[in-house]
Amino acid sequence: MQKDNDRNPLIVISGLKKYYPAKGMHIGRNTPVIHAVDGVDLEIYEGETLGIVGESGCGKSTIGRQIVALEKPTSGHVIYQGESLSDMPFDRLRKIRTQIQMVFQDSNSSLNPRKQVFDILADPMLYHGIVGKDGLDAEIDRLMDLVGLPRSMKHRYPHEFSGGQRQRIGIAKALCVKPKLIVCDEPVSALDVSVQAQILNLLKQLQDELKLTYVFISHGLGAVRYVSTRIAIMYLGRIVEIADTQELFDDPVHPYTNALFDASPLPVPKLRGRQRLVLKGDIPSALNPPKGCKFHTRCPYALESCMTEDPKLIPVEEGSGHKVACPVLLARRIKRESHT
Amino acid sequence: MDNLLQVENLSIAFFEDGIRNIVVDKVSFAVKPGEVLCIVGETGCGKSMTALSILGLLSANAHVIDGSIVFDGKNLLDMDEKELDKVRGNEVTMVFQDVMNSLNPVLTIGNQLTEVIRIHMGYDRKSAAEYAVKMLSKVGLPDPEAVMRKYPHMLSGGMQQRVMIAMALACGPKLIIADEPTTALDVTIQLQIMKLLSDLQKEFHMSIILITHDIGLVAELADRVIIMYAGQFMEEASVYDIFDHPAHPYTQALLESVPCIYDDPDKKLASIPGVVPEIYQDIEGCRFFERCPYTVPLCRHEQAYTEFRKGHFVRCHRAEKGEIPIAKRQ
Repeated sequence: MQKDNDRNPLIVISGLKKYYPAKGMHIGRNTPVIHAVDGVDLEIYEGETLGIVGESGCGKSTIGRQIVALEKPTSGHVIYQGESLSDMPFDRLRKIRTQIQMVFQDSNSSLNPRKQVFDILADPMLYHGIVGKDGLDAEIDRLMDLVGLPRSMKHRYPHEFSGGQRQRIGIAKALCVKPKLIVCDEPVSALDVSVQAQILNLLKQLQDELKLTYVFISHGLGAVRYVSTRIAIMYLGRIVEIADTQELFDDPVHPYTNALFDASPLPVPKLRGRQRLVLKGDIPSALNPPKGCKFHTRCPYALESCMTEDPKLIPVEEGSGHKVACPVLLARRIKRESHT
Repeated sequence: MDNLLQVENLSIAFFEDGIRNIVVDKVSFAVKPGEVLCIVGETGCGKSMTALSILGLLSANAHVIDGSIVFDGKNLLDMDEKELDKVRGNEVTMVFQDVMNSLNPVLTIGNQLTEVIRIHMGYDRKSAAEYAVKMLSKVGLPDPEAVMRKYPHMLSGGMQQRVMIAMALACGPKLIIADEPTTALDVTIQLQIMKLLSDLQKEFHMSIILITHDIGLVAELADRVIIMYAGQFMEEASVYDIFDHPAHPYTQALLESVPCIYDDPDKKLASIPGVVPEIYQDIEGCRFFERCPYTVPLCRHEQAYTEFRKGHFVRCHRAEKGEIPIAKRQ
């Protein structure tokens, strides 16, 4: 496995926290806050696809929005090539934004229904001076080819396309300003399986051709595993485990990671009776997250110390990129290894 | 064994501005007592319409134009609303995908649940409440007395779905129709709900019709599987036949396009080129023609649904003759 320090981080996230005031609650000094992201440190390396997986409300989309600087963090920093996005002057941010783009889940509401595909793609390019008026036609044809849409469709409106085609337009829109990093927030969740595969393959192929870096946010483990080189598992605003894809699936350590793997249905009827870890109860509210390890309320291995001590992400071995926020299972693992 | 539900040649059409658009085209299937039947398909293939028609719940602009739905010896399509009310909620119940909109937001859980029990089972208020508490604990809700006093918005999605299942089970139905019951839920909660449904199904020896697009869930739960595409059944077989020997090119492609967490990491995901035809009632030949890699000229004109092996039906004249290679699956 590649050592982290050999690689070049494109983005460094440090101590990121994002709290939102709870909607519809009493406004005043004691407005309750939703702890969407609650202390995340993360590096994103050039050329990789970092998958971020977790269930609804775990903060994965919030991290995505911080990376593209759609919102300012409550505290902490998102540093893009040495510059912090949160205290950057607007002019500079405007330039940087061309390098960090986003593909949204809902291609229906993220494309302007009153604009033709041509204008959806042309406007950002003209605004940022990527091409002049004369080169525009050729560039748009090139983008249509790139995402596998017929050139003849460029004067149509978004509603004239199917869901999968609209997502291709969404990808072309992200690509048109020549970004280095694309944050894909649940890009295939709204699509049918046969179309999902088309979009996942397209994303992979574009990455090879254009040397892109992806952050791939999804709750679908199968899709994340298929596209990602490294995966971070999130629970209630924290990363609980992070590792290279192969290593994570071969050797998941955190009990939540294991539960998540066990919970995803397998398309193999023979295996339906297999042993699996069924979690009890629901995800606690992000309004009032549990103290200590946030997973302790549902964890079958929880000790008393888990209720008070906040676990840190620790490498499973020295220098390893595989990090886990569970001292209990890490200790067991080391014990088990010394026995064998 | 006699079939609990027998659907023959069912066709459903939408009527809009005087135009008839057939969305479910001559489907026939049967459900045996204690069997879990999965109807699988992508958006707009007609799987939910098929399910809704069984309980007479189609929207006002959709109509059953042909066929019969026989439940326990009685044709449900011949019944008036009053007779139908005795069947639905009693012998056949439904669990919907969208739990938030299926529970009444201004009534407590207790109110809604006891209403069902009082109407269908004739219990008085007090014994209905006792029975409701019993049902809520049956579906694994902690502190059922407290849940009875709560309003739907005070419960999480998973808990709401448990309440819906309690409601569906309350009258001891013979058949539960579950339309994407876990699509709106997170995977760890989905596993809880699926386990619950499957345990209760075995305990009460009920039949389940599960409508889903999730191939993984089908493999976990189904006894028999029907693959639906563009308003027609493409293939029907036991769950093992569907997964181990898928015959129809669409079934094969569908299974290959699902990323599985135990796949070979370098395997390229197969995708189905093209899109589902938007209006398909006038297509004469095979509706999968445009996207199928195995077509011959005959496919443009001919399609027939035949039982080519015992209990294994397919709508593909090439598969039926053994001309479609079956990819070996692990």
